[in-house]
Amino acid sequence: MAVTIVNPQNLVYARPKGFTDTPTHYCPGCTHGTAHRLVAEVLEEMNILDRTIGVAPVGCAVFAYNYIDVDFVEAAHGRAPAMATGIKRVLPDRVVFSYQGDGDLASIGMAETVHAAARGENITIIFINNAIYGMTGGQMAPTTLPGMKTTSSPNGRDVETQGYPIRVSEMLATLDGAGYIVRRSLHDPKNIRLAKKAIRTAFETQVHGLGFSMVELLSTCNTGWGVTPVESLTWLEEHMIPAFPLGDYKIAPAVAALKF
Amino acid sequence: MAREMWKGNEAIAEAAVRAGLEAYFGYPITPQNEVLEYLSHRMPELGRAFVQAESEPAVINMVYGAACTGARVMTSSSSPGISLMQEGLSYIAGTEVPMVLVNVMRGGPGLGNIAPSQGDYNQICKGGGHGDYHPIVLAPASIQEAVDLMPVAFELAHKYLNICTILIDGSIGQMMEPIQLPEMQPVVRKEYGWAVSGAKGRERHILTSIYLDVPTEEKTNLRLLGRWREAQANEIRYKEYFLDDAEYVVIGFGTAGRIALSAVRAARAQGHKVGLFRPISVNPFPYKRVEELCKQAKSFLVVEMNTGQMLKDVQAAVRNRIPMRFYGRLGGVMPFPDEFIQEIQEMIKNPGKPDDDPADLWYQRMMAR
Repeated sequence: MAVTIVNPQNLVYARPKGFTDTPTHYCPGCTHGTAHRLVAEVLEEMNILDRTIGVAPVGCAVFAYNYIDVDFVEAAHGRAPAMATGIKRVLPDRVVFSYQGDGDLASIGMAETVHAAARGENITIIFINNAIYGMTGGQMAPTTLPGMKTTSSPNGRDVETQGYPIRVSEMLATLDGAGYIVRRSLHDPKNIRLAKKAIRTAFETQVHGLGFSMVELLSTCNTGWGVTPVESLTWLEEHMIPAFPLGDYKIAPAVAALKF
Repeated sequence: MAREMWKGNEAIAEAAVRAGLEAYFGYPITPQNEVLEYLSHRMPELGRAFVQAESEPAVINMVYGAACTGARVMTSSSSPGISLMQEGLSYIAGTEVPMVLVNVMRGGPGLGNIAPSQGDYNQICKGGGHGDYHPIVLAPASIQEAVDLMPVAFELAHKYLNICTILIDGSIGQMMEPIQLPEMQPVVRKEYGWAVSGAKGRERHILTSIYLDVPTEEKTNLRLLGRWREAQANEIRYKEYFLDDAEYVVIGFGTAGRIALSAVRAARAQGHKVGLFRPISVNPFPYKRVEELCKQAKSFLVVEMNTGQMLKDVQAAVRNRIPMRFYGRLGGVMPFPDEFIQEIQEMIKNPGKPDDDPADLWYQRMMAR
């Protein structure tokens, strides 16, 4: 006999329909799980789970398809925006999104990202910026902060020889094809709520055919950063936000006018 | 339908359209630009997908995405561009989704030149990208044959969930010939049990080439091999000319095979019992038929526009049973029929021994020129 633990009228939090029952492989404290959940919630709320196709990256989120319960393909490193383009052009009435980290999107896949935005490709990118290569063990990323220690910048990123971090949202916002480009953060509940709203707007941008949409999410990698989960949230707030200011970098007038 | 003069690249593009091409992604590179240019107006006119991408890696990953939907999808490029696509081709092979690739080969390696060459035989036939996979490769020798093979390429790609490459060179891409185009086939999107389209009313589909569980990857490799073995058994294609009573057999694919036909005709006119064997499916390669021809032939002459890449496949079938001769021109140089005629005459005069190394002897002759 089924036991009702929570009466439906009292239920305020449950596993979203867009989530599978598979426990994630992410390190405890990592914000990937939060980002995944926000995507799953938005797809469920928009009632588009059964017409959405996800494109997983190479990086920690390589197995995103194990958790977000929609049709999925697994791209080569950095090529997710191209793969998403191929799917979207053949199936223009479906919702196509990629989920990519900073190494995938801003290093090896920068060309694919910039050109998808320039074409105004009607796809959505969820961009996880945690300033490090997580899966391969904490190497320097294109978003690693100056002076930040990684396994391939052990003395701290030296901008003289290793260059400067790339602010992707600011860069893509210069492109006419971009409909919605914002940066949010996952370090506290308030910002997580704002992030969810942005993800919703990004998918609405796509559903309404208003061009390329990307939500950059400042995220933690406590393992790669070598700090505790709680410390990582503080570190994000204190160090990453000044380097990558939160904000709306491009909201096309038609997107601003959307009601949902 | 009337015969019309068509340029090779444009004819291939139109043949693909008529075979139900739903999406084309490309990037400019000579000598295949006309495929891209032609489809840039033809595809939108029919409401089908066309994208000029930012690079060949982007092209092949757009193809990869579109292939995951089960659509008939194609790209075309030329040698350096094909090299840039190898990563994506390996992923496509590993994910077991169908696509058609047209390689209009040019002289290489490196930037090379834009003249016709067959230097990509190994790259295209033996895989090119990383991992254990075997693409299907068809090598037509005329525009008509290329046009006729276009629907076949899509059928094979979808039947074997594999890459099917049409391998031609710049001369076939650039020249004009009278051809007859096939009737327009309707676009039919089948409901595949594997394709992604949004999981409406069904279990969701996941397409990937990652198998971290090693035994599962081995199983996947065996599944690919199983399908490849089926293709080897069923998809051998070749054309034979004057072979009934031939004592000497010339073997060449694509343009080299076509030039060889002129040479063989001339040698026949001189009274020599020479025939031509022209593989069309260069992968799977017609090993068995070549082996059979050893029984009737005193000697083989293999002709190519490379350093003897297909020669290795012929040798694998011949296994030193009969003497062989090789003649190749390189780097974009087109051989004349006269050169082949001379080679045929030399072969008849002195067939050599089965243990001779034909590539070595050819190299010595080239250097002594």
